[in-house]
Amino acid sequence: MSIIETKNLTYTYPGGTKPSIKDVSIKIEKGEFVLITGPSGCGKTTLCRCFNALIPNFYQGELEGEVTVIGLKVAEHQIYEMAKHVGLVFQNPENQLFALSVEKDVAFGLENLGVPREEMRKRVDSALNLTGIYDLRERAPHELSGGQQQRVAIASVLAMQPEVIVLDEPTSFLDPLGAKRIFEVIYDLNRKLGVTVVLVEHRLDLTAKYANHIVIMDDGRIVLDGEPRKILSSEEARLIGVGIPKPTRLYQILQKDRVSLSNTIPLSSDEMATMLREVLKS
Amino acid sequence: MIEVENVYFTYPNGVEALKGASLKIKNGDFVAIMGENGAGKTTLVKHFNGLLKATRGTVLIDGVDTTKVSVAKLARKVGFVFQNPDSQLFSETVEQEIAFGLKNFGFKEKTIKSRVTWALKLLDLAQYRKTSPFMLSGGERKRVALASVLAWNPKILILDEPTIGQDHRQKEKLLQFILQMKTQRKTIIIVTHDVEFVAECNPRVLLMRQGKITADGEARKVLTNPEILIQASIVPPQITQIFLRLSDFGLPKEVIDIYEAREELLNFLERKVK
Repeated sequence: MSIIETKNLTYTYPGGTKPSIKDVSIKIEKGEFVLITGPSGCGKTTLCRCFNALIPNFYQGELEGEVTVIGLKVAEHQIYEMAKHVGLVFQNPENQLFALSVEKDVAFGLENLGVPREEMRKRVDSALNLTGIYDLRERAPHELSGGQQQRVAIASVLAMQPEVIVLDEPTSFLDPLGAKRIFEVIYDLNRKLGVTVVLVEHRLDLTAKYANHIVIMDDGRIVLDGEPRKILSSEEARLIGVGIPKPTRLYQILQKDRVSLSNTIPLSSDEMATMLREVLKS
Repeated sequence: MIEVENVYFTYPNGVEALKGASLKIKNGDFVAIMGENGAGKTTLVKHFNGLLKATRGTVLIDGVDTTKVSVAKLARKVGFVFQNPDSQLFSETVEQEIAFGLKNFGFKEKTIKSRVTWALKLLDLAQYRKTSPFMLSGGERKRVALASVLAWNPKILILDEPTIGQDHRQKEKLLQFILQMKTQRKTIIIVTHDVEFVAECNPRVLLMRQGKITADGEARKVLTNPEILIQASIVPPQITQIFLRLSDFGLPKEVIDIYEAREELLNFLERKVK
């Protein structure tokens, strides 16, 4: 069974004149790293809000179709119940941090669930370690840098030990090295702990290499859904204008020039460099 | 011309954000200011329109000391588009938002009308003329903020993180727009983390670290030098990363563009066949 499944999902915000997502049917399997992308306003964020019951419990409006997460019908559950299973990290960490110390912020969700003290200690420490901020645990979140704050936001979500973590452009305010480190933390969680990751991103140059499933949306609909190498090298993806990773573009251009490259389409500069080394050597 | 001479700036809470920054930006220059979070980039550019006044050192705009003119007067010459559009939007409709600055500068009603229409069209906002800016997406609000500054046609344009939240298409449009402004001899200064975007426009790059300028040169030179980039928490562009890994074949390291990459590789393979 898929960990997330939507069937013919259509949703209109209160006061909206047309649906923000239209007839969306998608299956996400346990342990996948899913990248959701598409032009601004295509409905990416709206779709993510359906995964943890923010839609329809916080945002009202009109919802048709069905969302199932870990076998639970989302519409029948409250946000706090879904929060145990699906953690959401926003673009700007300042929107979700508020406590006086990093540790308290990370523990907040667990306190609300009434998790026993000892268990709480263990989970908070483990989340702080996984995100590399254990040494910052006594600092005030608002005094930290943007990158550190984003790690705190991720740690607070991790402490809940959700099966799925959804991140909506989590690094747009960070410098490139800070962003890269955050993506590596997320990738580690996926690979080592098997956490299912859903990442919303425009910048495929930085993120395509981590994904094993990509979903491209346009105007509220899913237009492409499948294996990243196949999808990102397709003509359709280029025409939608999602910003194909540069190494993938270079590969395509060289293929047109009849340079004989291997058949595995590269998604990162490392993969492309390795492939080119073979060609240049021979 | 912007002349910054040994500028120090300390915020009221005691944080010293600039520690002896010096630079010159000539009229018609296109400059990208890059560097890690907290390096002082935004603090520096806020000195260009007088929003902040140097604690020590001088900032001259066309020879005039910014401490001796009002922000309102400087704003006519130096347009500033904030990183977060919500810091500057407040009107009820997009149209009123764009007209606001023009009214303040005392433009005639007729000019205001035509300038507003021009700016709406330029930034793809015509369909939102009567919409509240707060009904728009983050990326669209950013374009409204840009339109409202462009409308009064400042000579120097400062864009703080213009690519955040913009999709690939919008970034391409932004690039076209900047190139168009360049042909009109405007001075354009962008503060950005977006390495791929900078690689595509190839401006002059100023790297900042801990309140100082640590590198100054063509994007092609600066973005292909991993040693100085790492100090500023910047990762080289994707294409450069490929070429850095191929340098032992005698291929050049200073490659930032995809078509240039193609040419270098094809030439190399051709030479080998011969």
